Amino acid sequence: MTARTSSTPWFLSLPGLIFFLGMVVLPLTLTAVLSFHAYDFNIGVLDSYTLSNYTTVLSDPYFLSIFWRTLRIAFITTVLCVVIGVPEAYILSRMWNPWRSIFLLVIIGPLLVSVVVRSFGWSMLLGSTGLISKASIMLGLGPVRILYSEAAIVIALVHVMLPFMIIPVWTAIQKLDPGLEPAAWSLGASRFTAVRRIILPQISLGVLSGSLIVFGLSASSFAIPGLLGGRRLKMAATVVYDEYMHELNWPLGAAIAFIVLVANLLIMLAYNRMIEAKARKVLG
Amino acid sequence: MDRNGPIALVFHTLVVCFMLAPLVIICLVAFTPDSTLTIPTTEFSLRWFKAVFVHPDFMASFYNSLWLATLAATIAVLISLPAGIAISRYEFPGRGFLNGLFLSPLIIPHLVLGVALLRLFTLIGATGSFGWLVASHVVVVTPYVLRLVMAALTGIDRNAEQAALTLGAGPLTVFRRITVPMILPGITGGWLLAFINSFDELTMSIFVTSPQTVTLPVRMYMYATESIDPMMAAVSALMIALTGIAMLVLDRAFGLDRILVGQK
Repeated sequence: MTARTSSTPWFLSLPGLIFFLGMVVLPLTLTAVLSFHAYDFNIGVLDSYTLSNYTTVLSDPYFLSIFWRTLRIAFITTVLCVVIGVPEAYILSRMWNPWRSIFLLVIIGPLLVSVVVRSFGWSMLLGSTGLISKASIMLGLGPVRILYSEAAIVIALVHVMLPFMIIPVWTAIQKLDPGLEPAAWSLGASRFTAVRRIILPQISLGVLSGSLIVFGLSASSFAIPGLLGGRRLKMAATVVYDEYMHELNWPLGAAIAFIVLVANLLIMLAYNRMIEAKARKVLG
Repeated sequence: MDRNGPIALVFHTLVVCFMLAPLVIICLVAFTPDSTLTIPTTEFSLRWFKAVFVHPDFMASFYNSLWLATLAATIAVLISLPAGIAISRYEFPGRGFLNGLFLSPLIIPHLVLGVALLRLFTLIGATGSFGWLVASHVVVVTPYVLRLVMAALTGIDRNAEQAALTLGAGPLTVFRRITVPMILPGITGGWLLAFINSFDELTMSIFVTSPQTVTLPVRMYMYATESIDPMMAAVSALMIALTGIAMLVLDRAFGLDRILVGQK
């Protein structure tokens, strides 16, 4: 490892480079091309090129309503994750060990359990014979069925996404000087003011990065709308699956998938810009 | 128990209940003696667990997923180790590009990877091949391994390597006898995280599996959309138990918060 010629790092990265060019760059390029192919319901994918897949998806009320639903659900999920995740991360950071480690495990651990399993758990809780419905009957409110509604999708999404919000916020809180809050109190700030003026501004980047992860993952989530939305409530990912597996209109499905990808990348880009602007403000 | 007020503790309790509720309900329903999804109150039965172990499709998918995750995690380590050394120890033009390329599966939705790989596999006639399914899983788990390997590489004391070199060890011997043992926690942690992620992956797999190579999550998804009986709860409970064991191992060995939260 002493010979530091410029070819060594490329030589070391070569297996990964070849693999990723073949398994990521090439398939994405092929799919991008596919999304511009014309399609005929009787013949299949045609050799001619067209923009019609994109114009169809972006003008057809059916697809537009799915995009709006996807954005709406992802947005509500993100807001709820901020509202629940930020205070929870703060509360966790103020606990003593071993409670802190135990509860961090309890809250982040479900991340490792398959999404199918967790969605199935929610479908049992939210169905018309589920626990929540039974509780409502006992309270004299009659049965409620949340399953197969947008509310069911949001509840399960918040459950799945909450760790992704808590992790970056928790990391940001860990970097804070523990003496800051007492300093604010000793200068006469109330506990609330100390949190609002001292803690929140310093963890805002953590909240922002958590929000982006949550929004991106929610907008492209598949298992939860598939299992909890029923046949009627489609989101972007489930409609792509339908186009691929049931309608067999691959070019149209590819166009929707690419819109999801581009939207995701734009959000990430905007986030990087925001971080750079913030860093410049801090430095300047 | 700490510096939180009563309101904070109530809030915290609600969040913990919310996080555990679906998992607890699964583990309860799995023990039902009935053939509907009910919570057993008086009698507990293992019949649905027994049913899982004699269900040929579930068992085939389980072994399939087990092999898939083992192979994918191992190949991801073999790719990440040299690539991690290149990216974290060398300054060279294209370093940022390689880093971005290897981590890109983290920001590309699995849905998009799934349709993209399906297109590739159809064109080269590889649909239904287990080998190509492994390759597609390597794509999604490599970033996790690479991040932990790179963190381990930057965290170790390089004087030991220098000392071995001055004592006459060749670069390969230094790598094998000094570097790898020092970053072993990072490698093992990365492998386990990759294994779990591959074992749980649904969205990409549902596009690139065929009837012969259906993975366990895909099988469960299909099963849950078609029929709902307590067998699904039993499979889910087994998955939770397996994940729980993996979590305990990870936690004992490296500290789960360190791996998932990614602090120093």
